[in-house]
Amino acid sequence: MADTAVHADEHVDHGGHYSSTGLSNNKLAMWMFLGSECLLFGGLISTYMLYRGRHSENLGPDQVWDIPFTSASSFVLLMSSLTMVLAVSSAVRDDDRNTKVWLSVTALLGALFVAGQVYEFTTFYREGLGFTTSLFSSSFYTLTGFHGVHVSVGIIMLMSLVGMISKNKVVGDKKETVELFGLYWHFVDVVWILIFTLVYLIPA
Amino acid sequence: MSTVTEQHDTHGDEHADHGLTDLGYIKIAIFLAVITAVEVVFSYTQDQLGAAFLPGLLILMAVKFFMVLLYFMHLKFDSKLFSLMFYIGLVLAVGCYAVFLATLHFFQS
Repeated sequence: MADTAVHADEHVDHGGHYSSTGLSNNKLAMWMFLGSECLLFGGLISTYMLYRGRHSENLGPDQVWDIPFTSASSFVLLMSSLTMVLAVSSAVRDDDRNTKVWLSVTALLGALFVAGQVYEFTTFYREGLGFTTSLFSSSFYTLTGFHGVHVSVGIIMLMSLVGMISKNKVVGDKKETVELFGLYWHFVDVVWILIFTLVYLIPA
Repeated sequence: MSTVTEQHDTHGDEHADHGLTDLGYIKIAIFLAVITAVEVVFSYTQDQLGAAFLPGLLILMAVKFFMVLLYFMHLKFDSKLFSLMFYIGLVLAVGCYAVFLATLHFFQS
């Protein structure tokens, strides 16, 4: 019991909220949230897989996909995961300057990815592939659109965090806060790894 | 005594320096980029690869997925409880939607 009390005191010093297991409640909650997100994206990916063949002859995946462009976008998002992990690494070393730099670079790479997605959607729309054109297009736009919204939310969160670190307004354990943001960002990357292969690379 | 040791172990896991060095992360990112390039090559050579195309692509995807999860998200170095929280969601999603797709005869087409 006494050990637990000492244990808890040490955690309080770090400013985080820890359960009786000695683990961070915030981190546990983030992992539960990410687990629940698997169900959301699982549903969207499954629906796309089911409907990917339901399209007109000249407006299917094989006609509209631009694999080199999407590959470049995937590479950008993959590299943003690297810069995010470098931000976490800097935060662990209490290096605020580099943490802010890497977080900003991550947000920038995320913005580049979203810009690529907007360009891709615009191109598809001009080719005649609207949201309600076919079951294929509806399920495709819903899946990739949901992912794009997640990336956009991540960018807003990253820029907010940079501002909060600059003004020293991060409440609680700063390292853990950066790590939690990182977990969300990496999850978004992990989902794109699945989308890139299942949606773009495997032919319908 | 063993209880004390266990508590200290948990404590050590939680506050342990999270896994790799910056160079280690860069090496993993390069590895992931190479796998992505191989995946793209796969998609252009599916006729030559034949039956190996789909399993090969899915294996490469799984390798990338777990590399990010284990190293970038630190699941390899963190408490097993965090892994459990995530894998429960993942297994539920895969199981639930595999049944959903099987019910709608997806795997027969």
